[in-house]
Amino acid sequence: MQLTLWTYEGPPHVGAMRIATSMRDVHYVLHAPQGDTYADLLFTMIERQDRRPPVTYTTFQARDLGGSTADLVKTAVAEAYERFKPKALLVGESCTAELIQDQSGSLACGMNLPIPVIPLELPSYSKKENWGAAETFYHVVRALLADQVPPPGTPHPVRAEGRRPRANLLGPTVLGFRCRDDVQEIRRLLDLLDIDVHVIAPLGASPDDIRRLPEADFNIDLYPEVSRTTASWLQRNFGMPSTRVIPMGVGATRDFIAEVAQLAGIDASAVLASEQPGVAGFSSSLSRMPWYARSVDSTYLTGKRVFIFGDATHAIAAARIAKEEMGFTVVGLGTYSREFARDVRDAAKLYGVEALISDDYLEVEQAIGAAAPELVLGTQMERHIAKRLGVACAVISIPIHVQDVPARYSPVYGFEGANVIFDTWVHPLVMGLEEHLLQMFRDDFEFHDDAAASHLPAVARDARHAAASDAVAAVEPVAAAVEIPEPVIAASGEPTWSEDGERELKKIPFFVRGKAKRNTEAFAREHGLATITVETLYDAKAHYGR
Amino acid sequence: MSNLQDIPVVITQRTGGDLPVLRERGQREVFCGLTGIVWLHRKLQDAFFLVVGSRTCAHLVQSAAGVMIFAEPRFGTAILTDRDLAGIADANDELDRVCISLLERRPEIKALFLVGSCPSEVIKLDLARAAERLNERLLPQVRVLSYSGSGIETTFTQGEDNALKAFVPIMPQTDARQLLVVGCLPDVVEDQFRRQFEQLGIGPVNFFPGRRAEDVPSIGPNTHLLLAQPFNGETVRALTARGATVLAAPYPFGVEGTTAWLRAAARAWQTPEAQFDAVTAPLIKRARAALERYRPQLAGKRLFMLPDSQLEIPLARFLNREMGMELVEVGTPYLDRQMVSEELALLPPDVVLSEGQHLERQLDRVRAARPDLTVCGLGLANPLEAEGLATKWSIELVFSPIHGYDQAADLAELFVRPLARRERLAV
Repeated sequence: MQLTLWTYEGPPHVGAMRIATSMRDVHYVLHAPQGDTYADLLFTMIERQDRRPPVTYTTFQARDLGGSTADLVKTAVAEAYERFKPKALLVGESCTAELIQDQSGSLACGMNLPIPVIPLELPSYSKKENWGAAETFYHVVRALLADQVPPPGTPHPVRAEGRRPRANLLGPTVLGFRCRDDVQEIRRLLDLLDIDVHVIAPLGASPDDIRRLPEADFNIDLYPEVSRTTASWLQRNFGMPSTRVIPMGVGATRDFIAEVAQLAGIDASAVLASEQPGVAGFSSSLSRMPWYARSVDSTYLTGKRVFIFGDATHAIAAARIAKEEMGFTVVGLGTYSREFARDVRDAAKLYGVEALISDDYLEVEQAIGAAAPELVLGTQMERHIAKRLGVACAVISIPIHVQDVPARYSPVYGFEGANVIFDTWVHPLVMGLEEHLLQMFRDDFEFHDDAAASHLPAVARDARHAAASDAVAAVEPVAAAVEIPEPVIAASGEPTWSEDGERELKKIPFFVRGKAKRNTEAFAREHGLATITVETLYDAKAHYGR
Repeated sequence: MSNLQDIPVVITQRTGGDLPVLRERGQREVFCGLTGIVWLHRKLQDAFFLVVGSRTCAHLVQSAAGVMIFAEPRFGTAILTDRDLAGIADANDELDRVCISLLERRPEIKALFLVGSCPSEVIKLDLARAAERLNERLLPQVRVLSYSGSGIETTFTQGEDNALKAFVPIMPQTDARQLLVVGCLPDVVEDQFRRQFEQLGIGPVNFFPGRRAEDVPSIGPNTHLLLAQPFNGETVRALTARGATVLAAPYPFGVEGTTAWLRAAARAWQTPEAQFDAVTAPLIKRARAALERYRPQLAGKRLFMLPDSQLEIPLARFLNREMGMELVEVGTPYLDRQMVSEELALLPPDVVLSEGQHLERQLDRVRAARPDLTVCGLGLANPLEAEGLATKWSIELVFSPIHGYDQAADLAELFVRPLARRERLAV
């Protein structure tokens, strides 16, 4: 029994729903009690889908448990087939139906429907949503391609002379992170390389499209949490190679281009030539991100401490961007995707941190608190954690929230994705700077907390004061609304600041004051000093540098 | 003196009790009783709700809560794993361990609800016994209660019914005369009603549930129940088994419902008619004036209510009689005639009532009727909007203050908003 306050992933049948809902001409009969239909709202409210998920629930009740639950499955299957006329039918169970062991899949298979019936067995008490999605996608592909599997050892057909290479995009789903736009961005990138996108699956694919998967030359494993199992199966059974690089960030997108070019047997040097690190100017690169990162105003991003947590794919990719493309310091890296724990552990070694593998929200919160980051890149859960800790945050991964399905085009993959990431990660920090500015003004002799907002007419002020405060009029009302947390300092046994020390501290520019305070206190503790004087402050400064 | 003979029959029985009902069986697009935790934990400020269930349960409550509340919430799920399913004895130990560690983290919690789910019911994990066992260790610091919110036994708002019913056995006995208002109400509404009862000379008045689970009301033969929510049937039956009597009345939605509801209590307390009129007249006048603003926008509009919160029948009565809406179909997850007899009597005799759900067939009827407004759950709203049908999410009706005179117009506005929005938009 595991105590859970918030969960990163839903149950595995919700993963299966993501596959069914992503596809066309597929229907999913789910043996489930009333209440499990809540999952529909994830699709219709969060993703704003304009149609119901193609899911029929059997809605069994306590009084059915004596014996008729199996009949409900057969009725639901028959009615769903009759009404929706799908080209393939998925049949599975939610957690409760798993316990009553009606063998829904076998029941449905025994009904001799004239379409493929794909039974799903997704163990609810040990597995979770992403695994359920991967397993469902794999079963759909395997079932629909069963009659096409060549004898073992058959090499994948060589591309005919003159035909453009073809790639399948595997893994995008509804309720995935920015899949809708990533797919477009990758399509654009492949087009630049003269590669055709053959089938995108599961997003928008019909069973007929799935049957055409082997016609492509290779697969692009875009979202390994969902598509790695399928990509591996296609590799083993059809000899179709698959990409490993996730094209998130400028460097990774370059690597992706190189990998794709190699798999497609084409020359991508022309594209890559315009994307050399260090020479990427504003006009020559496909992405603005390298230039934005090098522009002088980004200097303040240097060494920002960043904590990264999400699904494995996005967390690993984000860590590389953070270090290589933003100049941050990665102080934490973790995932809730246990299936990919090894990959995250390997990545964490690159940054000298220990990977956090956990789906316990409280443990993640504790780890973030301990790492004292200046920016958190996480899921919506971490956004709440960061808010509580008063730290900036940007969202990089599912679990999905309505904010993660923006109206505008906003991929995170490819070169445009890198632009989107630059903005999304930097803006909370900029806002952070603004908050510091407000905090600084809070102590100002003219703009202190008790001063009335200058745009309010009621308060009589002398002309000088009025003119001066007009300059910050725009930010002042915000100052009242934003509660800026003080850096957390433990109370007992801690060194205390002398009056002169504190006065001196206040003279330090606001944007490094917090750090100076922390460092000085750490220094004082290390040296067993009870009181922090002006001299302690400068001793610490000399000790830590910068 | 016994007050039993004082209970008036407020509204005479009419044909309403015999209205024909379309009973359907099939897919239900309705939450299970676990969802009640979302509002119950806001009302009972010292309670923690621990669902004993699966990841699905945790995901449901989280999704139904809509926004993730960024504080550590006062609800959670003890997720059953393969190991727990292997042996029930171990599951009991595990449950105790989870509860104790949870309470150690949250010393401010005074009541812990163990909430049964579909999986815990199917594997017959006895939460009542678990609660007993834990109470031996934890009382008086913390009281542990249990109820089922499982989808195989409960629909959406029945979760509240079961939660409240769990209190009944621990309610102290009293012979004192009191009015007990049954059903979760927002604090602001509770306060309004308190003032009104006071002006009507009705008292003492207690609300069940109160704001703290610690404060359990007493119950006995001189307790008069006034029902604020139509979905607490089991609780009401348990309370009457303890000797309490129900003041028959429609529910306090709209001017008519609120007046009749207050009148039921006033008659039982023998409040003089003149005093009743003096107290209610200004309230009625104000509420009517506020409703007038919305009536033109709803009058004559055709309404289809899908089954969801059990509030459908009282709300249909309000929208039909006070706002002039035409009722195409009024669905309800289940029809508890005892709980809504006063309401049924007020519905038009030709109303189409449906009980239960076969979602696809019902949506066929919605599409055929093309109502002006469809009240439905969140899963259906956008798809129906995409078909050109205006919708109102029913879940808002259980989260918003809608009872009483001063909320009557707010209630009407909830139905006006989707229509008004469509009129504004030119995209």
